[in-house]
Amino acid sequence: MASIAWVIPLCPLAAFLLIAFGARRSHQLSASLGIIGVAISFALSIGVFMETLAGVRFSQSIDWLPFPSSIQNGQPVLRTFFVGFQVDSLTSIMLVVVTSVSLLVQIYSLGYMAGDKGFSRYYAFISLFTMSMLGLVLANNLLAIYIFWELVGLCSYLLIGHWHDRPEAAAAAKKAFLVTRVGDVGFLLGILFLYWHSGTLEFTELAARAAAGAIPASALTVGLVLVFCGAVGKSAQFPLHVWLPDAMEGPTPVSALIHAATMVAAGVYLMARIFPILEHSPTALLVVAVIGAFTAFFAATMGLVATDIKRVLAYSTVSQLGYMMLAIGLGAMGAGIFHLFNHAFFKALLFLGAGSVIHAVGTNEMFEMGGLRKRLPVTAVTMTIAAVSLAGIPPLSGFWSKDEILGAALVAQPGLFVLALMTVGLTAFYMFRVIFLTFGGEYRGPAQARPHPDPLPEGEGTHGEPLSMKIPLLILAIPSVVSGLWGMPFIGNPFGHFVESSAAVGGVTPHLLHAPFNPMIAGLSVLVALGGIGVAWAMYGGGKTEVGASLSARFRLIHQILLQRYYMDDLYNWLVTRVVLGIARVATFFDSYVIDGTVNGTGAVTILLGSTLRRAQSGQVQTYAWVLFAGILALAAIVATLRVSR
Amino acid sequence: MPPALPPLYPITMQHGLVFGAALFAIGLAGALTKRNAIAILMSIEVMLNGVMVTFVSFARHAQGPQLSGQIFAIFIMTVAAAEAAVGLAIVISLYRLRHTVQVDAANTLQG
Repeated sequence: MASIAWVIPLCPLAAFLLIAFGARRSHQLSASLGIIGVAISFALSIGVFMETLAGVRFSQSIDWLPFPSSIQNGQPVLRTFFVGFQVDSLTSIMLVVVTSVSLLVQIYSLGYMAGDKGFSRYYAFISLFTMSMLGLVLANNLLAIYIFWELVGLCSYLLIGHWHDRPEAAAAAKKAFLVTRVGDVGFLLGILFLYWHSGTLEFTELAARAAAGAIPASALTVGLVLVFCGAVGKSAQFPLHVWLPDAMEGPTPVSALIHAATMVAAGVYLMARIFPILEHSPTALLVVAVIGAFTAFFAATMGLVATDIKRVLAYSTVSQLGYMMLAIGLGAMGAGIFHLFNHAFFKALLFLGAGSVIHAVGTNEMFEMGGLRKRLPVTAVTMTIAAVSLAGIPPLSGFWSKDEILGAALVAQPGLFVLALMTVGLTAFYMFRVIFLTFGGEYRGPAQARPHPDPLPEGEGTHGEPLSMKIPLLILAIPSVVSGLWGMPFIGNPFGHFVESSAAVGGVTPHLLHAPFNPMIAGLSVLVALGGIGVAWAMYGGGKTEVGASLSARFRLIHQILLQRYYMDDLYNWLVTRVVLGIARVATFFDSYVIDGTVNGTGAVTILLGSTLRRAQSGQVQTYAWVLFAGILALAAIVATLRVSR
Repeated sequence: MPPALPPLYPITMQHGLVFGAALFAIGLAGALTKRNAIAILMSIEVMLNGVMVTFVSFARHAQGPQLSGQIFAIFIMTVAAAEAAVGLAIVISLYRLRHTVQVDAANTLQG
């Protein structure tokens, strides 16, 4: 089974091609094709997963692009870029996460996107995205991963801009594409840098050479930090996090699939994939850890005040991705992937629940919701389960992975531990703020649902939960509760050992950080989380908003800074419009006056010379004779002078 | 036969050269300044004459018997005659075309 893992991405690709070139007229056919494609992938992924669970590893490459790299003794020396795939525990976990969430999201979209005029296009792009993401996790070298990396970025752009006739969505799509591109430039440079110094792009080879010390330490650090830039962009880490909250302009199922569970986790996956290389550069590890911890805290603070339900979840995603980066930077790669695994399910559930809420009330503003537990009972229960899980209350899944990361942080970087622990409280607070404002108390919005870009069914303004939306919510609630049990420390953390077996390259096991279970930390983090929930209850319990309003009036400055996202969007705006455009203007001036001036000046001087010299060519033979005579006189004078002086 | 008396004012080579140069300069001045094609042709003849005088002067005062200067003069006369014939033919053609022999009227090729 593992040897035919390359078929897994081909199923959604086939679905994409069939929808795009055949079935796009029929909505039902398009959706069926998309769902069938990813269902086959899901089944195959489960098969591969079972095999890797039994210890199977597989890797295969074929020559793709031979090219001459140098010339020795008159003969070109050929080097080759390989293309190939590998299957190990890390890959198989990602395969299961991607295919299962994609399958559920596509089923959910049947209800959510019903009646949308871009329905077939939506399913085509979701299939294309699934193919790209599966290719990304299967790739066994940096070049292949970079290609799929850009493909998922493209799909993200296409799907954020699904409602491209809305200016906000078009702008958000462009912003997401351009901001991640900033990181991707670093990624590409990093790939080139590592290739320059090691001569290979395959993960296992790179790891072997890094372990053997064949790559200079400084070069390794620079290359890895550059590669990390790509992960910073894709996983929305500080300072490139600005695109993810705006990406919420896309359809909510897209946010669940791409901007919560899979694509944004690609950066974390990449860092885990290159962990056997990364561990040889302590500096690069420290950079990853510090950026991760800071992002976790930074994004959580912005989530405290956001009023758009999807934006709160977006900040939460950024924050949780920060946790994963922190774990990998600390050396606790297993914990990072464990958190990725758990987070994928409960965050997808939260997004799909939010989609259900938005579908029902037609707005994203939480202050215009309230009391929805009556109208959306399934959504209310499942979202609350996910929120408890995200807040880190045992025994739900979020607790186990978060606790493992906290434990590792305390052992390795106590400073970052404090940051991470504070984030636990913030996470619990903003999640329960969402729950209380949405489901608690009474409905605060207008009686009729307003028009909203998310499609609404025909007829009256009240919407329930279509079956196609309820089923994915219920299914996702199961792993949100139990997926963490797989990595429980009491049973020896089987998840961690399973994932980390992929990091053992050529019999060399990297130095992984395993913090023993510490009841003190667990108790502390649960207390902090409960404290956060308590504060949320005190401020918003029962759907009341007055306490929050008075507090925000009292701390207006802080509230405003948080609401304006630390003015970072404004800073980037200023940087682009003032600094970059200023440089551009100088460059334009240089181009049009110096470069063009030189070119045009050459022409002008030639014309001027020609029109002057033309006068000499009068056609008057007598004039020529005059010149001739003058020349002879001059020559004679010169000869005479020379003779005299000699 | 009485011995030849030395001339009172012997004609030296310098006399010949100065005379030739003067003729050449007069001819050149005419050729450069005249606008009348016939006058230019005449001036060129004067220049050629100046050159011939110079040749003959050098030949006359050279060491040892030799006639190459005089032979050159004869050649120049022949060439000058041919040149005058061609030149006058051109002048007549010009006159037929332009009804004038002023050379600056022949300017249709001027850029």
